[in-house]
Amino acid sequence: MLFAASHQADSASRVVITGAGIITAYGLGWKVNAAGFRAGRVAFRPVSLFDVSRQRAKVAGEVELPGTLPQTALSPRHLRRMERGAKMLLLAAEEAWRQSGWAPSENLPVVLGTTSAGMSLGEDFYRQAIQSPDSQRRQATRILHYQAQRQALNLADAFGFAGPITIIANACASGANAIGHAWELLRRGRAQRVLTGGYDALSQLVFSGFDSLQILSTTQCRPFDADRDGLTLGEGAAVLALESLEHARRRGAEILGEILGYGAGTDGHHLTQPHPDGEAAVASMAAACRQARVGPEQIDYLNAHGTGTPLNDHSEAVAINRWAGQHAASLPVSSVKSGIGHLLGGAGAAEAVACLMALREGWLPPTANLRTPEPACAFELVRRPREALLQCALSNSFGFGGANATLILRRWS
Amino acid sequence: MPAFRDALAAGRPVPEKDLMRPGWKRALHVRPAAPPVPRPFFLAQPRLRRASPVSQYAVAAALEALGDAAPLYKKGGLRLGLIVCAMCGCVNYSRRFLDETLKDPAVASPLLFPETVLNAPASHLAAFLHTSTPYYSLVGDPSVFLQGLAMAADWLLDGQADGCLVIGTEEMDWLAASAAWLFDRNIILSEGAGALYLRLAAPQDHGVFLHAVTDAHLFTQRQSRARAAQLARADLAPAQPDELLCDGLQGARRTDLDEASAWNEWTGPRLSVKRILGEGLAAAAAWQCVAAVDSLAANRFPAATVSVVGCNQQAIAAQFQRR
Repeated sequence: MLFAASHQADSASRVVITGAGIITAYGLGWKVNAAGFRAGRVAFRPVSLFDVSRQRAKVAGEVELPGTLPQTALSPRHLRRMERGAKMLLLAAEEAWRQSGWAPSENLPVVLGTTSAGMSLGEDFYRQAIQSPDSQRRQATRILHYQAQRQALNLADAFGFAGPITIIANACASGANAIGHAWELLRRGRAQRVLTGGYDALSQLVFSGFDSLQILSTTQCRPFDADRDGLTLGEGAAVLALESLEHARRRGAEILGEILGYGAGTDGHHLTQPHPDGEAAVASMAAACRQARVGPEQIDYLNAHGTGTPLNDHSEAVAINRWAGQHAASLPVSSVKSGIGHLLGGAGAAEAVACLMALREGWLPPTANLRTPEPACAFELVRRPREALLQCALSNSFGFGGANATLILRRWS
Repeated sequence: MPAFRDALAAGRPVPEKDLMRPGWKRALHVRPAAPPVPRPFFLAQPRLRRASPVSQYAVAAALEALGDAAPLYKKGGLRLGLIVCAMCGCVNYSRRFLDETLKDPAVASPLLFPETVLNAPASHLAAFLHTSTPYYSLVGDPSVFLQGLAMAADWLLDGQADGCLVIGTEEMDWLAASAAWLFDRNIILSEGAGALYLRLAAPQDHGVFLHAVTDAHLFTQRQSRARAAQLARADLAPAQPDELLCDGLQGARRTDLDEASAWNEWTGPRLSVKRILGEGLAAAAAWQCVAAVDSLAANRFPAATVSVVGCNQQAIAAQFQRR
């Protein structure tokens, strides 16, 4: 039962990561992404998926999809019907699934975050509806595969499991909210394992939307630079296999890391702009720390939401200063969006994986293209690759609509 | 609620209206929401003035569900969790924005795009209620509303919120109506919102209680929609005498078949809200629950079961009881 009046909350379980999968503009898989994050490599290129000649911005973190998709229980016919976002989700999930060593199960919840699911199919549906209104060819398939629940069901069909599917659409915080909700399910004892993550593919509607708001960079995405002029969109997916520590130990699984805490908050200031004082961001970081039972002094690295827009980065800098207090000066902060772009619903998940990589491999991911730090930053901005032994990392994700979410991860040793 | 009760009491389908689709000579048959007269006070709020109908419906339903409790949260003393559920979301502004983009992206309106984001209704509502408690916008087929109820119950039991609003909201557009038409030409799409306000009960409290939400039974390659509907029913305890069933049947034979089969032996009273109001997707699942709770609150039944066999995701059911 999802809920029973007689339900008693179990004692809190520790939640560990036993599988991680990722695909971004850096490529597919842990190795190539870790190398990209570690070096602060910039993976932007001219948009080739749709016409951007009439847009202000011309580049994005486009993913080069592999020629073949992994062998699963999905039929070739089914695979042909999947759009980019669904394919990226499947690729990331397959890596996480394989790494975790999980077997199919009848009670495996899936919690995913996305903002636009299979939007390119929705665009195709609309184009055909307008241009050839009497033709219904492929329209039903487009509708089915456009929807986020179909993309989640693909995972259940591919790997042979069942369980409740929860899809959180909290704008750019969706991926972090999804991982946070999965963490809560495990902590409460509502599940022993949860497959979770976030994904989004580039689409013309979303690209045009961000361009219309004039928040896409027309130069270079430079988070926390005083001369920053906007974000660069990216695409991709990241999936984590989460399980309770007891479950992971019982089956002798390799543990990659631990999720210690999750916090969230709502900023009611404006639909697309954060409050200049970062009130909700402070609340989100503080809530995550309370759950994790750590203070700012125990955070060795902060992965900022750091989009590169003037408003976000200033507000987030103010929030980090307020939250970290006297510890801000020694807190390393960076934004990996300078390399792979803003993955929207996939951002929180991909950046959680970046933190996991940094914790496991002992380095700090730099912010690319950063020349003149934003004056509001009282913390250390990581500008060059460097080694560092980290115990705890905090990752921020803030979205349109004032959705704020924070995850805290710990190195497993 | 008065108009909703009147429509259900009358038991007659709300009249259909024609909705024209560009390029089609024939009309789509839909049940759009009736514009409220007078204009609701909350639409004067700056964020809601330009908001899409999906947000306006959500706020209207939420405020009615909250009733006298709204000031408790507005003053900031208590934490109100929000869970807003939708299948189509803001399809109206999305279609308009995409149309502008395809014509010339350089002049696509920045006023439309933010409203297309799926969490816009939750964000507007949170701003209106001055709540900084986290919210979730859940997407999925209509069954997602019942998942939202279970999630709200967890938030309350965990102490993450002092009260929770769960809202199902959808808006009408020819794009959504023609998509539904592709799957079953007897579906009459409708729009609107429904909301339930949940709070933790004290042992001495009387009223309507959320008793159970079943597992979500997926429609997969290995499990048919019909089987999932049967499993959702089997999850529930045997019905009490005179228990009400609020099913999701809508008078579209092909779409109804799996749910009708799963519940064909139900001998108690039955209410099919969608036969009267139409296929409101996540909003319709909310209407089913609102109808169930309202019937229990009026002492007409001791308990009520709500069945939602979704379009393309899962089957799920919930049980409410009066104490």
